Amino acid sequence: MNFYNSKTDSDLTLLEPTLAEYGDESENLITVLQSAQEIYGYLPTDVIIHIHNRMCIPVTKIIGVATFYSQFRLTPIGKYLIMLCKGTACHVNGSDGIYEAISEYLNITDGETTEDGLFTIKCVACLGCCSLSPVMMVNDDTYGTLTPEKAVNILKELAEKEEK
Amino acid sequence: MMKVAVGEGSCGIAAGALKAYDVLEQKLNSENELTVTGCIGMCYLEPIVDVYNGNELHRFVRVTPEIAEKIADAVNSSDFSNSAEYEISDDDKSFLSSQTRIALRHCGVINPEKIEDYTEDGGYEAIKKCVTQMTPEEVIEEIKISGLAGRGGAGFPTWFKWNAAKNSEGNEKYLICNADEGDPGAFMDRAVIESDPHTLIEGMLIGAYAIGAKQAIVYVRAEYPLAVKRLKKAIKQAREHGFVGENIFGTDFSCDFKIKAGAGAFVCGEETALIESLEGSRGMPRLKPPFPAQSGFLHKPSNINNVETFANVAWIIQNGGEKFAEMGTETSKGTKVFALTGKINKGGLVEIPMGKTLRDVIFGIGGGIRDGKKFKAVQMGGPSGGCIPEDLLDTVIDYKALSATGAIMGSGGMVVMDESTCMVGMAKFFLDFTAKESCGKCTHCRIGTKRMLEILTRITEGEGKEEDIDLLDELCYSIKDGALCGLGQTAPNPVLTTLKYFRDEYTDHIENKHCTAHECAKLRKYKINADACKGCTACARKCPTGAISGAVKSAHKIDRDICIGCGSCLSACRFGAVEVE
Repeated sequence: MNFYNSKTDSDLTLLEPTLAEYGDESENLITVLQSAQEIYGYLPTDVIIHIHNRMCIPVTKIIGVATFYSQFRLTPIGKYLIMLCKGTACHVNGSDGIYEAISEYLNITDGETTEDGLFTIKCVACLGCCSLSPVMMVNDDTYGTLTPEKAVNILKELAEKEEK
Repeated sequence: MMKVAVGEGSCGIAAGALKAYDVLEQKLNSENELTVTGCIGMCYLEPIVDVYNGNELHRFVRVTPEIAEKIADAVNSSDFSNSAEYEISDDDKSFLSSQTRIALRHCGVINPEKIEDYTEDGGYEAIKKCVTQMTPEEVIEEIKISGLAGRGGAGFPTWFKWNAAKNSEGNEKYLICNADEGDPGAFMDRAVIESDPHTLIEGMLIGAYAIGAKQAIVYVRAEYPLAVKRLKKAIKQAREHGFVGENIFGTDFSCDFKIKAGAGAFVCGEETALIESLEGSRGMPRLKPPFPAQSGFLHKPSNINNVETFANVAWIIQNGGEKFAEMGTETSKGTKVFALTGKINKGGLVEIPMGKTLRDVIFGIGGGIRDGKKFKAVQMGGPSGGCIPEDLLDTVIDYKALSATGAIMGSGGMVVMDESTCMVGMAKFFLDFTAKESCGKCTHCRIGTKRMLEILTRITEGEGKEEDIDLLDELCYSIKDGALCGLGQTAPNPVLTTLKYFRDEYTDHIENKHCTAHECAKLRKYKINADACKGCTACARKCPTGAISGAVKSAHKIDRDICIGCGSCLSACRFGAVEVE
């Protein structure tokens, strides 16, 4: 079987507690996928097949769900996931300029990961911090009232921290 | 002893509330109480620290760690004279004092993680009253008297939905809360869950009692981790106190709660798509009828309301439907929360009685436009709504009056735009959003939004054709008529309203290849002011296409034929010599 990634050595035991709790009802598919992504960082092929075997849900349906929702990823992401808000308030306050600046600095576009595996950029619809727009989240931290320079400096600091 | 409360909603935390909290934790004398609250809604002043000295409130705004240290000194010495300059100004106080807060009544006041804060303020008394003194019919009647309508956008009467679900046959029914707040520019639901989760739980319990549901489900956006965390904690506390679970208040009413995290799909705000998502499928809407009240989650009768709708319910039961209905207009009762953002001076959450005008909100409470610029339009209702121009600012806030403008009440996002926003660009922005978020089930929405986006894109890039406006018009109406669900049926609204109120901007783009707001990059024409240019070559070095020429220390020139209008030269110039024509 060959779709987006061909991982075969994921530690499937890590998913056991989730499957024990939610695996019996097919309506919990999204919850199980969310938990799997939390564990593995994305949805590796062997994990999807494992979920298919345990929950008796066709692989096509699992892939269908995984590709429908923007939260799910079928490829690994960088250590730092940059979620750049492209909501209305952020748009009005210049999120396009922020995107251009960080995209140029990291030399990647929306959805891509830097070669060193440090950063992934993902443009999202609205983070709900509109009064601080433009906003981005890096992993769990939110940064507001960004300017192109400020956004790049935040990433520079993170990159420097990693070098040490 | 004084109580010191740090506002820790998502915005507060993003603005630095945790740093302020750390300083206060270190510096405050131990006899004082340090606590957290949710979001008071004055987002533009975050981080906010409240000090309660008996009945006296000192509210400190834009608290940096340095100011936090000064607050700690003031509290420790009970002397606020040296820290008065960091307190909220009278002008800013009016942001809150001009509001009427029902849905947000506890936000920023109580600690969302302590159930005692909620119960001490009359919390869970309304559900107690319902289950011990009222029949489900009486509860629905009270909601009917209140005139409460769905706050998620469509404005459908709440009692009607409850009644339909109650009258549906079957023992297994579901009460669902739609907390998949997807409208970009709206964040009141996040604020309610983060700041006052028990209000939501109590409102849902009342709804569950009214329709006869034993299971309540909250479908919440995955992008709101703090809201999920606080809601989980609140449900656990409510269960420990016997407000959630079996035989609530010793009656035979039982109700349990479940949280389901959404996975990022705007269309899941549509109720049948939300149900599909709850069932673990792709969130594609179902054909109605049957309505969820007859056949919803797992094909059982289900009722779905929005967070803000539920946040009003306990208040209505406690204070009576009539009191709620006293506020508002003939057709729209009670209050509505708006998320005021964009080019506004005072951005935040505003709850006002229906019937006020847009001007009251934007220029009264919101303090007008930032940087002394001129108001151009206000966008209401997100991707399903529209842009309202200046001459309609006296429109009253009312479901009918707003729909008459072509916009909608929506979930309450109010994004204010000034003259630097291109309205064609704005329409393109929303179509880009709906085209991406269209689930793909019906042709009109899937292909129609894409075609509209293509047309809008070429107009903003100076490739617009004369017949494009008519084509857009035609597409708008066929998508409205042909789309399966609310997403598609309302997707043309941003285009229709901008065409209606800002048609001259469209023709300007098409005929003159000109964008008055200078926002469309491909239509921008740059020139270098020879008098101001020092010949530093900074712009020439930055130009990606080599369109700028000139010798060192002499004035530079831009070759229009090569220039792509990216604006690199404008940001590179330190002498203000690059100008937009």
